Formats: sequence, C-alpha cells, structure tokens
Amino acid sequence: MTGPYDSRELEERLDELLFPVLSSRRTAAGIAAGLAPLARAQQDLVLHWVKVAVHGAGELAYQIAAQAPHAFARFGPAEVERWILGALDVYDREGLYAASAALKDLGAFGRGVQAARSGVALAEVERMLTGFLRGLAGRALALAPDEHAWTDTETVYLPARLERYASRAQNRELYCASAAFHWGQARYGSFDTELGEASGWLPLLEAIRIEARLRRDLPGLGERLARLRDPWPARLDAARARLERPGATVRDSLALRDGLRGTPVPPAPPWCGKLDGERARAVRAARIARERTLLARELAGLREQRGLAPDAPVRLEAHRERDEFRVELAGEALAAPPALARLLASIVQDHGAIAPEWLVAAGEGALAAQAHDGARVDESGAHAEGGSLYDEWDHRRGAYRRDWCVLFESDVPQGDAAYVGAVRTRRAGAIAQLKRRFEALRDEDRLLKREPEGEDIDFDALVEAWADARGGREPSARLFTRRRRAERDIAVMIMVDMSGSTKGWVNDCEREALVMLCEALEALGDRYAIYGFSGWSRKRCESYRVKRFDEDYGEAVRARIAGIAPRDYTRMGVAVRHLAKRLAGVEARTRVLFTLSDGKPDDFHDGYRGAYGIEDTRQALIEARQAGIHPFCVTIDRAAPEYLSRLYGPARWTLVDDAGRLPLRVAEIYRRITC
Amino acid sequence: MNGPGRHPRATSAAEPRETAAEPYYQPLADEVALFGAAHAARVPVLLKGPTGCGKTRFVEYMAWRLARPLVTVACHDDLTASDLVGRYLVVNQETVWVDGPLARAVRAGALCYLDEIVEARKDTTVVIHPLADARRILPMEKRGEQLAAPDEFMLILSYNPGYQSVLKEMKASTRQRFVAIEFGYPSPELEARIVAHEGGVDDATAERLVRLGGMTRNLKGNGLDEGASTRLLVHAAKLIALGVAPRVACEGAITQALSDDADMLAAVGELARAVF
Repeated sequence: MTGPYDSRELEERLDELLFPVLSSRRTAAGIAAGLAPLARAQQDLVLHWVKVAVHGAGELAYQIAAQAPHAFARFGPAEVERWILGALDVYDREGLYAASAALKDLGAFGRGVQAARSGVALAEVERMLTGFLRGLAGRALALAPDEHAWTDTETVYLPARLERYASRAQNRELYCASAAFHWGQARYGSFDTELGEASGWLPLLEAIRIEARLRRDLPGLGERLARLRDPWPARLDAARARLERPGATVRDSLALRDGLRGTPVPPAPPWCGKLDGERARAVRAARIARERTLLARELAGLREQRGLAPDAPVRLEAHRERDEFRVELAGEALAAPPALARLLASIVQDHGAIAPEWLVAAGEGALAAQAHDGARVDESGAHAEGGSLYDEWDHRRGAYRRDWCVLFESDVPQGDAAYVGAVRTRRAGAIAQLKRRFEALRDEDRLLKREPEGEDIDFDALVEAWADARGGREPSARLFTRRRRAERDIAVMIMVDMSGSTKGWVNDCEREALVMLCEALEALGDRYAIYGFSGWSRKRCESYRVKRFDEDYGEAVRARIAGIAPRDYTRMGVAVRHLAKRLAGVEARTRVLFTLSDGKPDDFHDGYRGAYGIEDTRQALIEARQAGIHPFCVTIDRAAPEYLSRLYGPARWTLVDDAGRLPLRVAEIYRRITC
Repeated sequence: MNGPGRHPRATSAAEPRETAAEPYYQPLADEVALFGAAHAARVPVLLKGPTGCGKTRFVEYMAWRLARPLVTVACHDDLTASDLVGRYLVVNQETVWVDGPLARAVRAGALCYLDEIVEARKDTTVVIHPLADARRILPMEKRGEQLAAPDEFMLILSYNPGYQSVLKEMKASTRQRFVAIEFGYPSPELEARIVAHEGGVDDATAERLVRLGGMTRNLKGNGLDEGASTRLLVHAAKLIALGVAPRVACEGAITQALSDDADMLAAVGELARAVF
C-alpha cells in the first residue's frame, strides 16, 4: 500500500478535478490541507467521489472534499459513502442549497446512522401493511406518510419512519399495531357522529374502546395493542368499565369526555394517533354516495339479468358483526355476486346495516355520476403530469437516481393507411414464404420415438427389440412413442427505435421490417405488441404505442406503423424499463423484448451520452432479465459489436449490416431465437 | 422411472369404487337436487369454483347418494386421450388392450370425475364431446370400437374460472355440453361448522380460522392468487387439534401455502397473529 498523498499532491489532483469551480480567489489549497492527514484509502475515496460529483454537481463536489475530513472523523468509509450519496440525491431533488446543508449537518446524518440500525421506514413495510389492512378491512385502504398517525377512513396515515424502540422488530410491530388500530377507528364507528373538538381526552377514550373491541374480535391483535402500551391509569377504571362493554359506541366516549374535561390527559398509547373527525366524515360521505350509486347499479344489473322489472322488490340483509349477506330479489334468495358482496361488506362497515332507501332503483343519472366519479379516482391515482417516473442507473455513483426520468406514453399518430398494403403487395412473394414456414411451427406436436415411456408403442422399436431378444442380444427398453406438445406460449414486445438518427431510408427499412414481422407473428400466433421510443432529456421520455398486446393487427395498427417517424434522442434505459414492465404484465411462458435499433443509447441531455447511457441501458436490461424477460436486439449499427455484447450479452444480438436487408432478415431472426 | 409396460399417470384412484360410508358434506344451496336431476336426465355436469371449496367432496357425496361407483382422474398437462381411453401394452410377447379410467367408468356405469379438466391436453375433447352430448358414446379409435354409455354413467368435469392464464380458458363448445353448478366458499357459519367437523376443533377455534380465511380472501387479486380455501382451513384445524399452537399451525397450513412473496407472507402472518 502506498502512503497517503501530501497536501501538494492532493492540491494538484483537486485542481485538475475541480477546475470548473475554482478560481484565483478560491483554490484547492485549503481542502487539500484538510485531506492530507487522512489515510490513503480515505483520500482515494474522497477523490473518487469528487470525480463522480463534479459531473453536473461541481460546486457540491467542492463541498464534499471540504467536509470529508469531518465526516471521516465520525464515520467509517461505508457510511461516508452513504453520506455523499444522500447529498447527491438531495442535490438532484432540491438543488445545491439543500444539498450543501445536508452535507454539513453531520449530526443529523449521525442520528440517522444510529436510527437506521433499529428504525423501520414506512416504505419498507408498506406492501406488507397494505396487504394486512386489505385483509382486515376487505376493501382497499391506502397508506401514506404523515407526521402523526391518523385516518380519514380511506387512507391510513402513518409516520414515514418509526424509531421509538431499539429493535427493528418492535418498531415493525408498532407499525402493524398502529395501522390496525386506525383501521379499527373506522371499523368500530369512531366517525359515526360529530366529534367536535377531537384532541385531548377523546382519542384516548376511543383507544380504550377500540382496543376492547379488537380484543374480542381479533384477540391476537388486541393483546398486541395492550402489550405495546403502558397500563391504563387506575383513575380511568370507571371510564373503562363503560367503554369496554360490548355495546359501547363513540357516544359513550363523547359522554365521558364531557365529564373528564379539564382534568389532565394521560399519555396516549404509542399506536394511537390523532382523530380528525371532520376530514374522516367528509371522505366517508363521499364514499357512501359513491357506494350507494354502485349498489343501485349492481341491483339494476341483477334485476335485468333475471328479467325482472326495475322496481322489483329487493331485500338485503347484512350485518356489521358477521360478514354474511342475504340477497332476496322478488322473493327469491340468491347468492351475491362477488362484486356485490364486496360492496355490501364495505357499506356495512360504514353503516352497520343496509338502509331500505338504498334499495330502490336508481335512474340513469346516478349511473352517469358514478362513471364520472370513477374516472376522477383513476386520474388522481396517476401522476399529475400524466407521466410515469422511473429510476435511472448512474454508474459513476453505482446507485440509482430515484424517479429520475418522466416517461409519457401516447399513440403514434396514424400515417398513410395504404402504406402497409403497398408493402404487402411489393413483398408478396417473401410474405407468402414466411407464412408457410411460420405456420408450420404453430402448435407443432412432435412425436418422439424410442422413449422409455409414452402413450403408444413404437412398433419399429418393438420389432427390433423382439428380434434382438430372439437373437440372444439384450433388447432395448425404449419401446414407446410420446407426443410432446411444442405449444408456443410466447409474448414478444417489439421495441422500435424512433430516434432522430433513423431519419430517411433507415426509417423506411424499419417500418418495412415491422410489416414483415407482423405478418410472420400473425401466422405464428404469438402475442405481440409494438412500441416506439425516443426521448429528449430525462423530463420528456416518450414511449409511442403502435400496437398493444390486446389489439388486433387491423386498420388502426397498420396506419400507426405507417406513422412511425424519427423523433429525438435514444434515451434507452427508461424505455427498456417501461416496456419490460408492460411485458411483465402479460401471461406467457416466454417473454421476449425484441429491439430494433440503429445505434447506441444516446441523449444529448443530462450527460446521458457515452458510458452513462450504455451503463444505464445495461442495468435496465439486467433488471428485465431478472423479471424473466429475454431481451434481444437487432441492430444496423456497424459499430454495435463495441457495445452490444456489454448490453445484451454475447449471443443476444444480431447485426444486419445492410439496412436494406432488414425487412427480409428480421422475421427469420425472430424465428431463430424463439424456436 | 417407470419401466416399459408399466403405465404411469392418471391411473391412480381410477378403479371404479363404491363409496362405502356417507361422506361428510354440507350443502351450500340446491346443488344436490340439481346434480341428482342431471344424473336422472343423463346430462353431464360441470363444477365451477375455486380450489378447495368442496367440489371433490361433493362428487364423492353424490356418488354415495346415487349408489354409483366413482372414478376420479386428476388432470394434468400431459394427460392425453389415450390416457383416458386405454392403450395396448406388451404382456408376455403379446399386445394386450388395457382400458383407461374413462373406459372403465363407462363400462361400470360409474360417475367419472375429471378434476381440473383445463389442465388436460386438447385432444381429450375428442373423447369428452361424444360422451357429453346426446350420443353418449366413447370412441375407442385404436380398437375401432365405440362404447355406449349405460344410463347410470355420468361425466363430471371441474374447472376453476379464477385462473388468470389465457391458456386455461375452457372452450365454449365444451362447456355448453354441461349443466354448470357454481361453487363458492360456504357462508362463515356453515364454513365454521365444516372446519369444526372436519378439523376436529371447537367452534370458537373454527370461527377464528374462518375469520382468517375470509381475510385472506380479501387479498385475492391484490397480492394473492387465491385466498385460503376451506381445505386449508381444515388442514390448520387438524394441526391445532393435534396440539400445534394456532399461530404455528396457521403459518404452516395457511400462510406458507398461499404465497412465496415475502411481503404477502408477512401480511398473512400478521392477519393470523391478529386472529390468534
């Protein structure tokens, strides 16, 4: 191991790395002096990160070098790296000012390091808790971070991080308890009436009542809540006697609150958050209105199905205490269809029973209102701008940039409707040949002979074996034929480069190749989708729909193939991630991501050009492979051998060096890789 | 490996057998009457429903009620028409015909239950269709023979419409030959009775298990492919009856059986801990 750099050597290196942010008045001498006492490994780490950060975050790189000695005084190398990565993340999100503040606040980082060892983030348990709550509630309850725990009956808000206990298991347990308790508020009617001023005594009284209810219905959960809190103070005994009765409601809590007003409130259990009666009631009212229309629609559907008049009498029996429903229509009992059963389950959670006025038929107006409502809910679920966010891999950091790219999906504008027809006429001979060859592959059953077992006797083998046996030779035991189904179960996502570099006849060749590929795939019966991609900086990545998986190769698709035109740059990683996600949603034994490309990943913006883009695309392809997708690339870029092996692996790409031959070759290449 | 001449697959539990004791069965709705009428009318039946909700038990019960032998074939993706009809085997230097389970059922006038029919190969429709319509014959192509089914013979298929796979759709031409009976999970009270009886646990434990089952069914399509079936609840109950701690029993019999996804395992585990 070589010894540490002295401050002169360090200054030289820093001058070289940091020259964009240095000036005659601001030299690297000071920070070099600060770094000089560090060990060589520490110095190397700092120099490495300065080099990484100086791309796009020059000023921050300077500050990293300046603060690094303080960081090393407190933390080990892994934590220092985390400290730097954290600051770079803040820089990406909030800019230099916030990032340099984060760098300097080593105290906060230190507390974070401590808490990271025992604390639990909501993000870590979110999926588990969502499942847990859905199981408990029978309807979707969203989770969202907030400073305090509370619920509006549709979303349970929980702190983004819990660090109350010294062990992760306990903090996790607190998350479960808190989520379940706030579900319990909605379940056991905390919002059944006006709560008035809901701080002070009321949350505590409701905590006592709901814990008692939970202990009856879900004993394991009730015990857990009790274990996580301090014992209730003795002066609450009288209140508890009232609240723990089976029939106690929120009105009992309200009555008790009035009596206790003015006395000091004991500390609330750790799983008990705030009560926001007003917001909960507003959300609940909206849901009730929505469900009422939905119920009317379900009942109208049932009546119609049975050929009954729209006002045929309905009797519904549902009980909050028992998840059981009786549906009686025109005097006939019937099983509730699953959609209706779920709806009823949700309604009785709010009401305890189904009110008779809910059962009358609703007119068209109600249905229209519901449809509108549904649309709005969907919109709010997506991102405001209508784009989806994707991470991007920064090879210099060796880490993802979170939610770095915004991708928009849209249809390719339809082009000349006659284009595909013209190609088909021009290539009629080649297409006919393709079809014959590809049809032969479809669901081909192969008869395997001389198998040790099978459905039928292989008489040739039998005769031979018999002859062998007669002749004193050892007969073969492989006497059967077996049919092996070679059923194709392939879904292929065709990803078409629509970057500006495809302009001109390359684009023509691509479109023609697509036509040939579509003809082949139609003959083969594989499911396929076609999407183009292009991008212009990380904020505007585009994916263009040509054909969805569930769409037929019809007029509209053909017109869109004709409409494929060169756009901007080749920001490829985000496109791979997006289309791989689409592909992963398709049920198939084999999933292929088939890329038609004319060059390497490239975007003039945000330093995507060069190694960054290649490494990000490579990472995206690795992610796709981990998701069980087989990526393959056909390219016309003669420089491809330099980078495609790194991207796809040695046997996962093909170069068609003459773009003019692309249409004839592509279908054949596809056949080769999927048979 | 099976040696030559021994025929693997699809033949287990395929001997026509009389069901001796009355199988425990709790009717959900009118399925008993409907099935009985279909048998009398010589119309085949299709049982639709999720796994473990009692379809097989129902068929056993009906076989007992109708006093007919029962042949059950669990279908799999390598099950061919000849597996059902029969084949030639080589015995003592001669080729000998051996009936398959379907042919044996037809000859015996049994109930033949093809469980999870969509799993079988498509060529099985060749033998199912002529048996399932007015012809009621089993073509035995290799013997150049057609076997006419006696009046007592009945074909029953089961099918789980919950599979999301597009490959496992049932063709309209097949399903329209059958009277369909839909099976769902029993109501909580009924299911608790079933779990208590089959699993040998007290009513309170059975109710808790049913509650847990209901909660896992809430997760269907949201992380789980299926919720816990009655069968899984009975499994858990049996373990509990043998002295296994309820949480441990639920973990083994229910949680782990439902998923391999760590988050979903944790969620179901928490639900089990909430109940017990």
